[in-house]
Amino acid sequence: MTAELPDGEMRQVYLDHIAATPLDPQVLETMLPFFRDNFGNPQSLHSAGQEALVALEAARARVARLVGADDSEITFTSSGSEANNFAIKGMAMARRDKGNHLVLSAIEHQSILNSAKSLEKSGFSSSLVSVDKDGFVDPEAVRRAIKKETVLVSVILASSEVGTVEPVAEIARICREVGVPLHTDAVAAVGNIPVDVKALGVDALSLAADQFYGPKGSGALFVKKGVRILPFIDGGIQEGGRRAGTENVAAIVGMGKAAEIAGERLSERQDRMTLLRNRLIDRLPQRVDRAYLTGHRERRLPHHASFCIEFIEGEAMLLNLDMKGVAVSSGSACTSRALKASHVLLAMGIDHALAQGSLVFSLVDKTTAEDIDYLLDVLPPVVDRLRKMSPLYTKFLEESQK
Amino acid sequence: MIYTDKVMEHFQNPRNVGVIKDADGIGQVGNPVCGDMMTFYIKVKNNKLADIKFQTFGCGAAIAVSSIVSEIAMGRTLEEAMQISNDIVAEQLGGLPKNKLHCSNLGADALHAAIEDYRKKQAAAETQVTLEAEKCHCPYCEGPVDGLEAVCTSCNLELEECPHCGNLCKQGEEKCAKCGADLRVE
Repeated sequence: MTAELPDGEMRQVYLDHIAATPLDPQVLETMLPFFRDNFGNPQSLHSAGQEALVALEAARARVARLVGADDSEITFTSSGSEANNFAIKGMAMARRDKGNHLVLSAIEHQSILNSAKSLEKSGFSSSLVSVDKDGFVDPEAVRRAIKKETVLVSVILASSEVGTVEPVAEIARICREVGVPLHTDAVAAVGNIPVDVKALGVDALSLAADQFYGPKGSGALFVKKGVRILPFIDGGIQEGGRRAGTENVAAIVGMGKAAEIAGERLSERQDRMTLLRNRLIDRLPQRVDRAYLTGHRERRLPHHASFCIEFIEGEAMLLNLDMKGVAVSSGSACTSRALKASHVLLAMGIDHALAQGSLVFSLVDKTTAEDIDYLLDVLPPVVDRLRKMSPLYTKFLEESQK
Repeated sequence: MIYTDKVMEHFQNPRNVGVIKDADGIGQVGNPVCGDMMTFYIKVKNNKLADIKFQTFGCGAAIAVSSIVSEIAMGRTLEEAMQISNDIVAEQLGGLPKNKLHCSNLGADALHAAIEDYRKKQAAAETQVTLEAEKCHCPYCEGPVDGLEAVCTSCNLELEECPHCGNLCKQGEEKCAKCGADLRVE
């Protein structure tokens, strides 16, 4: 395997699909008319408006079907983060008279953690439930964290950083027993693994189209019928009065189409990506010594493989891989703008030095075995080069010689 | 790209990477919790830096900073090398992203620590001929310093960026030493 393609161009291998998936060409086709010809506002009573409304509601039905919900239980949002903000703030504030405490897992997305932080100003507090070394939340630990003041529990369905799929159905049973609603951030999961709100038994669930070949700027929140939530944006009557503002019709239509395709191709995509993921998980440690898988080996997202590579730092690896045409992400402190190591890796008990060596690979349905093999060819020299520069590796070699 | 071409060039082709087995001075700064760690090794001949090698655990900026510090300092007198500041390092690299400026401190710090280490070893060898009165003191912590460091190695003082000119000032300082801006206001 060489870096050169027949026409002399460098191979491009994009393995950061947790950040973005390519837009499915069929999805783009369904979106285009709503940029060009049909610019109607779904709230208008004339034909152009009503046509947009019909498309909007058709998209709602498609998204609802993907997660086994009723159409009326889906509210469109601008992103997964907005859906998470909406759920945490809206559900907590709606039950403000019942208490002021939240239970969250320690590996939630920032949009959940920071929503809870923002609720502190309104007198709320939250308990973080820790995870084990594979990134699993213990359902019984959630039970223990619930107090009589607890008004909401939120546990991520699968972390985008380590890929572990959480026992959310079991946590939902406990929440039902004690009568506290449960939200799950399923942004990284929906479209990649089967997600059914009834099977999970959750009261609210967030998703985003850009995780399953839909457009960016398009997400949704499922809220079970009868579960109270305060409106997120005040204004007009869009989205049943829960989220005012003229709907992003083209993006929503795109999400609908992407949801339909995701439903049809889910098992095929899942099988295909699981094979490639396993190829990566099995072979990377054979090529690079002291590379450790993060998250559970099997019970993880089918398109996700994450590692910590000892003695070197993630951003330096990322930049070197980028020069070889390979796009990846990292949870290292240096990679984050805030210069903090991934809270998910630290919550799993991984120490700071090892967390610095984080690399996250996320696949897409177009990823090939050749792509994985190309990565496996270009990574070891990158690791070697950086380790030769690393004082930690020198120290390790000296000590192992003693 | 978040980095300048100069940073990327040094990151891809770092100068003077390695270890000097019989170094005259060794300086190590940072730790993995903060993100970066650098070790500088120096050989001194006639008060000049005859050889410099470094090892760095860290991001692209940290590696580029180490490389350019070694390049700037090579062949200089110890006094000149002690004058290398984080400003000079960042400037020579054509600038660094705001959140990576701390890397430029680390590079100079590690080199200065190596020179300090060398001087301490020398002082010990010369059976304490140095008089207390001849020692310099850090203007912040009053701690003893042997030369004219840009940053005190006794107190390892914490620095903050002036919001007006970007100069690094001691935390809690009222005025920026460079532009005179009031640092007390939030």
